[in-house]
Amino acid sequence: MINQSRYSLLFSFFQELGEVGSLVGKTLRNIFRKPWEKNIFIQQLEEVGVRSLPVVSLTAAFGGLVFGLQTYIGFHRFIGHGSEAYGGPIISLGLSKEIIPILVGLMISGRVGSAIAAEIGTMKITEQIDALYSLGADPNRYLVAPRTLACFIMLPCLTLYGDIIGIAAGYFYNVVLMGVNHFIYFENTLLYLEIWDVITGLIKAAFFGIIIAIVGCWQGLKAEGGAEGVGKATTRTVVIASISIIILNFLLSKALPGTLSG
Amino acid sequence: MIKIVNLYKSFGQNKVLQGVDLTIERGETLVIIGQSGSGKSVLVKHLIGIIKPDRGNIFVDGVEIVNLKEDELHKIRGKFGMLFQGAALFDSMTVAQNVSFGLERYTDYLPGKIQEVVEESLAKVGLKGVENLMPHELSGGMKKRVGLARAIAYWPEIILYDEPSTGIDPIRADAIINLIDRMKKELKVTSVIITHDMTSSYKVADRIAMLYGGKIIEIGTPEEIKRSENQVIQQFIHGQAEGPIENW
Repeated sequence: MINQSRYSLLFSFFQELGEVGSLVGKTLRNIFRKPWEKNIFIQQLEEVGVRSLPVVSLTAAFGGLVFGLQTYIGFHRFIGHGSEAYGGPIISLGLSKEIIPILVGLMISGRVGSAIAAEIGTMKITEQIDALYSLGADPNRYLVAPRTLACFIMLPCLTLYGDIIGIAAGYFYNVVLMGVNHFIYFENTLLYLEIWDVITGLIKAAFFGIIIAIVGCWQGLKAEGGAEGVGKATTRTVVIASISIIILNFLLSKALPGTLSG
Repeated sequence: MIKIVNLYKSFGQNKVLQGVDLTIERGETLVIIGQSGSGKSVLVKHLIGIIKPDRGNIFVDGVEIVNLKEDELHKIRGKFGMLFQGAALFDSMTVAQNVSFGLERYTDYLPGKIQEVVEESLAKVGLKGVENLMPHELSGGMKKRVGLARAIAYWPEIILYDEPSTGIDPIRADAIINLIDRMKKELKVTSVIITHDMTSSYKVADRIAMLYGGKIIEIGTPEEIKRSENQVIQQFIHGQAEGPIENW
């Protein structure tokens, strides 16, 4: 009995993995194939990017402030008074490589991933997906591909924007509020922060964007059973995307080189 | 001509279609009747490849569609228009965008012509001046009529109607049945109608088929169906609670 349930769990795991793999393959094919759904793509750029600016601004600003605060305390406690100005590169590196991409990924999976799942899930249960088929539109090409491409492009843009806000907030806390030496803070940041550190964060964000869109679309297309089904699809999207982002972040941090300057 | 051969479809343990055989002639109006949940919508969705069968074949004008690739299926779908049970209007689009959706994909019409056809199609279902409204601003009956306008806008050869008269007042329902009849007479459109409304069925059908237990148990002209000796059919067409069909 236990063996049977283990086998069925394993079977459904691989079945779902297969579904996602097939969805990713089909989406990649449709992204590179004409005709493109340009209008939907532009709408999604706005939905994912422009409309996420307030939430990213707030998250990045307070993320930068709190990271700046803890770095200040750390330097002050372990190295001593005056050493806080050397926290600049640590704050910038930590924010651009890890904290901002993760925060942006999690916030967007909550804001955009759940919206994608809810919208497509509602379309599924009200037969709008069937109507797309009947009217000559492939739902993957019409719904999934533009959303995936928009998330793939906008997540790095939002992350770069978040980097600027977060680093500025860290600077504000240390230099403006705590009176840390501006020149040492700034020069050390420029000396030790590499452009590659920022690029690493942007590469991660692009992968997070794909995860958010694919999981949202996958769960939306699987939704069934009315409003309850849409609710479950939305919740699952946020949980699956968030966990995947955290795991993938570690794997990418390990796989991507720490520096390009040898 | 549409030919369905030995079609099987299950969803988990629920065996919905269990060997459906059915032929629909070009230009005919076939009404499919059956209880709620008997698989009528599932059967019709097989015809445009929205649902793939577990077993069996479907031929549309001699082309076997079950194993067609998406691009090839797209060409076949262009022959069909479908009115969905709940209208299935795209709720992020206006009425005009909904009606023009198929036109933009199945025809080479320029924007001016598309607008003209949209207005004509809406006028056919008795709607004027609603082009810029959103679906949530329409009543249930109006949604259904917009859904019908969308299905007929690009002049498909075959139109599938999933409960066309449900949720509409009797006068509008009769007008829609008249429209279906007119399209058949004027344009030789093939129509497949799913309905529980026996009055409409008798009025518009060339033949009526009853789906029961996953199979077509009888098919014939309205007169033949009325005279059928099958107790299941008699119970259904007379809407009787007592009989061989289980109620619950």
